Amino acid sequence: MNMVSRSAVGRLRFSSDQRELALLYVACLVGALLISLLLIEFNGSSWSRAVNALVDGAFQSPGRWGETLRRTAPLLLVAVGSGVATKAGIVNIGQEGQLLVGAMGGAFILTLVQPGSPIMLVLGIALGAVAGALWAGLAGVLWYWRRIPIVLSTLLLVYLASQIAAFTLTRGALLLNVVPGEPNRLLQSAAVAAGSRLGIIEVFGNRFSLSVPIALVIALAFSWLLSRTTWGFRLKVLGLNSRTAQRAGVSHFRYGMSAILVSGAMAGTAGAMMLAGGESQYKFSSGFSSSVGWDGLLVSLVARNSPILAVPVAVVFAALRSGSMFLSVAGIEAVLVDVVRALLVVALFIPPAISELRRKRRAMARQTERV
Amino acid sequence: MPGFLVNLLTDGPLYESTFRLAVVLAFAAVGEWVAERAGTINISVEAMLLGGHFGAAISFTAMPNFALAIAVGGMIGVFIAALQAWLSHFFAADQFGIGLTLNILLLGLAAFLQPRFDLETQLANVASIPLLSDIPVLGPALFGQRWPMYAIYAFIPLTWWLVKRTNWGLEVRAVGEDPQAADVSGINVNARRRQTILYAGLLSGVGGAVYLFGQVGRFESSNIGGKGIIAIAAVIFGGWTLRGALAGCLLFGYVDALRLNLPMILGYGLNSQLLASLPFLATIVVMLLFARQTRQPAALARPFVRGLK
Repeated sequence: MNMVSRSAVGRLRFSSDQRELALLYVACLVGALLISLLLIEFNGSSWSRAVNALVDGAFQSPGRWGETLRRTAPLLLVAVGSGVATKAGIVNIGQEGQLLVGAMGGAFILTLVQPGSPIMLVLGIALGAVAGALWAGLAGVLWYWRRIPIVLSTLLLVYLASQIAAFTLTRGALLLNVVPGEPNRLLQSAAVAAGSRLGIIEVFGNRFSLSVPIALVIALAFSWLLSRTTWGFRLKVLGLNSRTAQRAGVSHFRYGMSAILVSGAMAGTAGAMMLAGGESQYKFSSGFSSSVGWDGLLVSLVARNSPILAVPVAVVFAALRSGSMFLSVAGIEAVLVDVVRALLVVALFIPPAISELRRKRRAMARQTERV
Repeated sequence: MPGFLVNLLTDGPLYESTFRLAVVLAFAAVGEWVAERAGTINISVEAMLLGGHFGAAISFTAMPNFALAIAVGGMIGVFIAALQAWLSHFFAADQFGIGLTLNILLLGLAAFLQPRFDLETQLANVASIPLLSDIPVLGPALFGQRWPMYAIYAFIPLTWWLVKRTNWGLEVRAVGEDPQAADVSGINVNARRRQTILYAGLLSGVGGAVYLFGQVGRFESSNIGGKGIIAIAAVIFGGWTLRGALAGCLLFGYVDALRLNLPMILGYGLNSQLLASLPFLATIVVMLLFARQTRQPAALARPFVRGLK
């Protein structure tokens, strides 16, 4: 008995690096929570009521954890894709636009081909993925051809995407649903054909679409692809040291482009699956992406590009979103959630960065000592 | 030449709005130019512009004083810049992640707070400079503007002098090109970087305020909508030279002005969504065609940590 516990303790011993990282995380999170507490108290509401409302809205009230899961799926997909790009050293920050273009691409099949069918569903999601990939690929082409920074072009493409999406909703010949005899005040598409909707899973009154298990499977698949295949290894080499990659015969263009295309495709898939999974009553509108792309990117940054870590982080972000709906009911400003989320993101950014720096510095110091 | 093509080149109001729109871009681009010369990229200039825009509106509502409101706008810009600078060049967090978070946060805050305040703002007076504003076509555009716009004429030479003629500027450029060497010669690399970001924040904040009083007159949270990003594009378009960045601002300002004036010049309406996408589309196309193949600051967007390459 004694021996078992001793060996268990032995296995649980953490390296000083890990302890330091954990300490930093705790310190930063406590700091972020303290600031949000002060903010909430200064706004004249109480901290405990805010937390209760958040937890109620995200998990406790009937049907709410299904709502949280429903919101998790697109965040996770976007995060997995951005993780792939970042691993290859490419800063794609235009997921918001890629997601919107993906949803728009999907809408062309899902909402227009009216007698829907499972084949149309698959085609629609595939078209969404391709549209997202092409939108991101455009930024890749601009970089490899004319050296226009990807950070900039992906951002510019976000604004372009939202205008194009709005344009498709002004023409009956494109996506706009023209209701005869009524002025078209709502600029939105027709609803996704009944036959091409994603299946809905219902557990104890919690409803979410099939996109949740699909997103999970994709996250697991990418975790394997990145850690166990040549492709994943070469992406990592490219990201860590592009010169070494070149010497080792890893083509910048080929692997960089593949990473960009994958990240765009994931965002596009997320958009198309949101549409097929019932987001905004199965109708596409120009504000459809509603910041899911930005949030997904932040999830990936917080999860340090790991598809597996992205799962819990995506759940937290989704919970903040679904929980914030209950805040206004409790008389608390919903914008506080935005502030709290930003604080949380910053608090989660800092520890790994500092810990990594300190680790490298110590390694450096050891090296110079030996010399 | 068809009539409307001539109009595109000689239309007086088009030049005036080109200049007005270029000024707000120039404030952000000049500041961001300094910061990029030090090796940082701050997509939060978007947030700084919006912060200045909003701060100026609140200040003016509380106390109708243009100069004070512009100063408040500048201070808000500096505050946002301080967050960006400390988090990414002291705590070493990802600079794009921080910039993005700030942009989203500011947009959310502005949209949320706007209805809480009964914002009352107005345009500043037009101050035509005698003689100069009588120059045909360009005169009214350059010298017949509302007075806050003229601040850019002070900031451009000041920035040039700071970066090109002072010790501080030399150190800033050294930090952007070779931070290791700069560090060895005793320059505090990350301090210089933080200072340049604060300067970018000041200019962007003032730019947002000037845009409010010199062009739009009323606060809307959608007013800035991507202008900061286009300003960064102008810096890159200009090949990291001040001249080039300003040329980029004028060019992108012209495209933005086309968006407003094209229907009048052509004499028929165009789809508003397509028009609104024009600045972004044109920015991409222009960069594609003319992006100079000059070398960027060697350490651009590479965080610096002492002792590490």
